[in-house]
Amino acid sequence: MAQTGNCRNQNENDENTVWGMAALRPFAFIGRTVLDWVDHLGAAAIFLGMALWQIFRRKQFAKTVRQIYYIGARSITIIMLVSLFTGMVLGLQAYHALSKFGAQGAVGSLVALSLIMELGPVLTAIMITARAGSAIAAEIGIERISEQIDALQTMRINPMRYIVSPRISASIISFPLLTAVFDLIGILGGYISAVLLLGLNSGVYWHSTKAYVVLEDVTNGFVKSIVFAVIVATVCCYQGYFAHMRRDSHGAQAVGLATTSAVVTSCVLILISDYVVTSLLI
Amino acid sequence: MKTPLIEFKDVTKCFGDKIVLDRVNLQIYEGEVTTIIGLSGSGKSVLLKHIIGLLQPDEGVILFRGKPVSEMSRSDLAGSFGQISYMFQGNALFDSMTVYDNIALPLRETTRMKKTEIHRKVLTRMKQTELTEAASKYPSELSGGMQKRAALARALITDPKIVLFDEPTTGQDPVRKNAILSMIAQNQRKLNFTAVLVSHEIPDVYFISNRILALYDHRIVFQGTPEELENFSHPFMDEVINSLEGLQKELTGLYSKRQFELLNHLQLRRKGGETFCLVIFSLRELDAIVSQIGHDAAQEILRNMGLFIDRHFGAIGGISTRRATNEILTVLPYSSLAETEKIMEEFIVDFNRQAVPSLEEGACKFALGGAVELTILAGAAEGQSRTDIDALLEQARSKQKEIGRLQCAPGE
Repeated sequence: MAQTGNCRNQNENDENTVWGMAALRPFAFIGRTVLDWVDHLGAAAIFLGMALWQIFRRKQFAKTVRQIYYIGARSITIIMLVSLFTGMVLGLQAYHALSKFGAQGAVGSLVALSLIMELGPVLTAIMITARAGSAIAAEIGIERISEQIDALQTMRINPMRYIVSPRISASIISFPLLTAVFDLIGILGGYISAVLLLGLNSGVYWHSTKAYVVLEDVTNGFVKSIVFAVIVATVCCYQGYFAHMRRDSHGAQAVGLATTSAVVTSCVLILISDYVVTSLLI
Repeated sequence: MKTPLIEFKDVTKCFGDKIVLDRVNLQIYEGEVTTIIGLSGSGKSVLLKHIIGLLQPDEGVILFRGKPVSEMSRSDLAGSFGQISYMFQGNALFDSMTVYDNIALPLRETTRMKKTEIHRKVLTRMKQTELTEAASKYPSELSGGMQKRAALARALITDPKIVLFDEPTTGQDPVRKNAILSMIAQNQRKLNFTAVLVSHEIPDVYFISNRILALYDHRIVFQGTPEELENFSHPFMDEVINSLEGLQKELTGLYSKRQFELLNHLQLRRKGGETFCLVIFSLRELDAIVSQIGHDAAQEILRNMGLFIDRHFGAIGGISTRRATNEILTVLPYSSLAETEKIMEEFIVDFNRQAVPSLEEGACKFALGGAVELTILAGAAEGQSRTDIDALLEQARSKQKEIGRLQCAPGE
């Protein structure tokens, strides 16, 4: 009898343990995910530090110029196209919204400030991520899985110096320049829709643009674009560089997933850091 | 006692739960060609990556000139690994760069050499590895053999003291395999580097190796000369050597050295005291020929010559094998020297009439440089079943005389 009682207690204890473990599972998952994120964040910070350390080393200039061409120059067309229509939509929306209050004259300043302070840096960063960031992650990922990075190490060429560092410095140079292009074309787009299509006075548009935009707004926009450049270049290089260490896939599939992760993570981090930087600058 | 250039002491490496190297002990000596053999997935490449520092052991010590690598300062490490070059199994060529840029890369990035000096050095290496015409091509536009040669040229461009070759002949046809091995051997003699090879090409790899290391069941079970390996009694010999040698017969049509000796021994033992004859065929001055017409053309000649000899003597009970990079050995059991000389007379007529034109045609297809005349020699010696084979071989070599000449010019 006593034995039967013990068994029952044992079974009840086991059941309680199973239920307890099931209840803890979501917390364990959250904990694992957070730890994983912290782990990656730390690794990416060290990765960035090592790449920045190599920026001013010998023979980096030509490699950086080549990367400026790939990341910067070749993104101009898409940036111009996106910025033109963004400016046009902004002009259109602002004109209709402001005309309700009889304040159409402020369309120029609204378009310019929106673009310079917010949309310019953010959309430029997202567009470059889509065009060049994905290519960076895929290229480095392929170099990793085909042992080209190992080959560099055996030749005593530092892969951080040869592969990562030029891309980070090229991004830091290209992002603000492309943001400037985005801002200018966007303001022109606003002009096309508000002045040429909706009939706003041209002088009013340019006057309100000039009157309300101060140098600090432009500087803040560029600060944001530099922050985004560092984030995008680091995330994309990091994902490609460690494509072979992914736990969820191997080989070509790992490169594909690394590219997807690079784009998604960059876009999310752009938006999060945009809020953080804005709150610090305001 | 000679200090090893590289020494492993109880090196263990695991990937997760999987043990890849289990207390591995080995020595690699300066100026030698050391070949690591073993089954696929036995950890040969992992072992090689430990030598160059791409992987670190979980346990054990790696010594470089008697000094533990783990205790070396950064500058010492850079100095030690700076002497090593690595040729990857998959070549690891940069696919976005031309062959020229791939070969020039280590010089451009790690030295302060002038552009003209780099250009001169790259051109020399490309010429040596028969890549001059492929200079502006991308790796994806090259054949497997050319990619291997480009990887070899890149590995040798910095004049390394030690070169590690990870399966340099994988995926190549028999002619290219022998061409690559012959190229490694020739460059090793010329540049006097220490070579460490991982290879499956048994027995061809024996001809260029001073020492063989056998990796079996995660450990080094044999270290010694190729000759010592022949007498090594271990399950490794049955599992690895025999299977690989069987494959070799299928690929080249010639018996491997080990199978050949076994067959020879069995045939001669049936009737103790019977006489037999050895005939040694060789291509004169192989290195000079290679430098003029290239490795591929030279190997094509040797391969076709081997096939013809095997067909001719196989019909009358002869057994043939490749003995060295430029030698083919045929044994004629139960034949006296007088009989062999008679057989040889017929062979020479047939060889010059049938084989020479096809050998010339085959070689010309691959030939790169200027026209060259090749001389084929043969010599026979008589022995009995208990005669020392090496002494007999020397005797046959000393009696060699010219049996034919080939004219070879590219594009003919």
